[in-house]
Amino acid sequence: MSDPNPLAGTPRRTRDQVADLHFMDARYKLLDLAAFLDRLEKATGPEDHRVRGLRAALPLLLKSGDDRVAQILHLWSDPSVAPIEKADTKAASGVWPGLQ
Amino acid sequence: MRYIEPHGHMVSRTTDDYQAMALAGCAAICEPAFWAGFDRKTADGFYDYFCQLTQHEPKRAAKYGLPHYCWLCINPKESEDMKLADDVLALIPEFLKAKTVLGIGEIGLNKNTRNEMRILEKHVELAVQHDQLILVHTPHLEDKRKGTRLIMDVLKAAGKVKPERVIIDHVEEHTIGEVLDQGFWAGITLYPESKATPVRAVDMLENFASQRVWLNSACDWGHSDPLAVPKAMQEMRRRGHSAAAIDSLVYGNPVRFLSQSKNFRDPQALR
Repeated sequence: MSDPNPLAGTPRRTRDQVADLHFMDARYKLLDLAAFLDRLEKATGPEDHRVRGLRAALPLLLKSGDDRVAQILHLWSDPSVAPIEKADTKAASGVWPGLQ
Repeated sequence: MRYIEPHGHMVSRTTDDYQAMALAGCAAICEPAFWAGFDRKTADGFYDYFCQLTQHEPKRAAKYGLPHYCWLCINPKESEDMKLADDVLALIPEFLKAKTVLGIGEIGLNKNTRNEMRILEKHVELAVQHDQLILVHTPHLEDKRKGTRLIMDVLKAAGKVKPERVIIDHVEEHTIGEVLDQGFWAGITLYPESKATPVRAVDMLENFASQRVWLNSACDWGHSDPLAVPKAMQEMRRRGHSAAAIDSLVYGNPVRFLSQSKNFRDPQALR
C-alpha cells in the first residue's frame, strides 16, 4: 500500500516496554477471569454454553502467534452462511450456542 | 488535540457529555439513526425521530460549538416488521433534503434474518438512487462474522455501490481484514465491554496498514463512553505515536470519508 496509516507496523517495542505499559492491566484481568471460574465452581446447575465457549478458548491463549484475539472470535462465531428465517431474540449471547 | 466523533447517538446523551466532548477536542459529531432500546410501533414515531435528528439535535450540539450531522434509516433490529420498515423507508427521501444529512445509516443486520436482509437491500437501493453515503452496522458478538459477510454480499450484489463510499462499522480482529480487502472503509467501535477496547483498537491500527479506518464511540443509552476516542488517542500517545499520526487517524480519516457527502464541512474550514 502506497499510503499506509501512520501507526501501521510501528514502532517496534521491546517486550519490557510492552510489559511496562500493559502488564498490570493484563494481570488484573487474568485474576478477574480466575475469580469468575472460581465463582462458577461454587454455583449449581449445568454448564452454560457461554462458559463452555470461554473454556474452549483458554488453550488458544497458550499457543504461539500474534492473532489470538481473532482466533478466539472465530471460535465463538456462528459458522453458518445462510440467513435464518426468523430471530427468536434481538440479543446475541457472546458465543455461538452450537459450539461443542 | 482535535478529533471527530463519527458515530455517537447523542439523543441518548446529556448536555454534560456534549460539554466533556467539546473540552476533549471534539470538532464535529455524526449521529446515525438507531434502535431506541425498544421497538417503535408506528412510522409517525420515526418521523418525529428524524425531525429530532435533523432539526433539534444540531441546535443542542451548537450550544457547545459542535457541528452535528446525521444519518437516516430504520435500524435492523426493527426490520422484522416489513410493513413498518417500508413505511419508514418511504419517509426518508423527504429528510434527505436536510442540510446536515450525510447518508443512509446505520443499516445492516442484527440477527441475520431474511427480513433484515430484504430491508437492507431496500436501504442500499435507496442510497444508490439518491447518491448517498452508506454507514453499516454489523451484528453483535457471535453473529458478527456471518453478518458482515452477508452484508458485503448485498453491497456487491447491488452492482452500483462504490466500496469507498461505504463504511462498515463495529469491525473487530476477525472481520477488519475482509472489510478492508474488499475496498470498504472500516469503523472500529470502542465499547467498555463488547466490540473493541481502546487498547485493542490501537493494536488493530498497528497491524493493518489501510488508511480507510476510523474510530468511534457509538455512545448511546447503554454502557458506553462518549470519551472513548480521546482515550484511544491517549493510548496512542502512551505508545509513542506522534501527534501528527494521531491527528491523521482521528481527524483526517473521518474528514476524508465524510467529505464525500456534499453536506459535510471540514470543521477546520469553518473556524
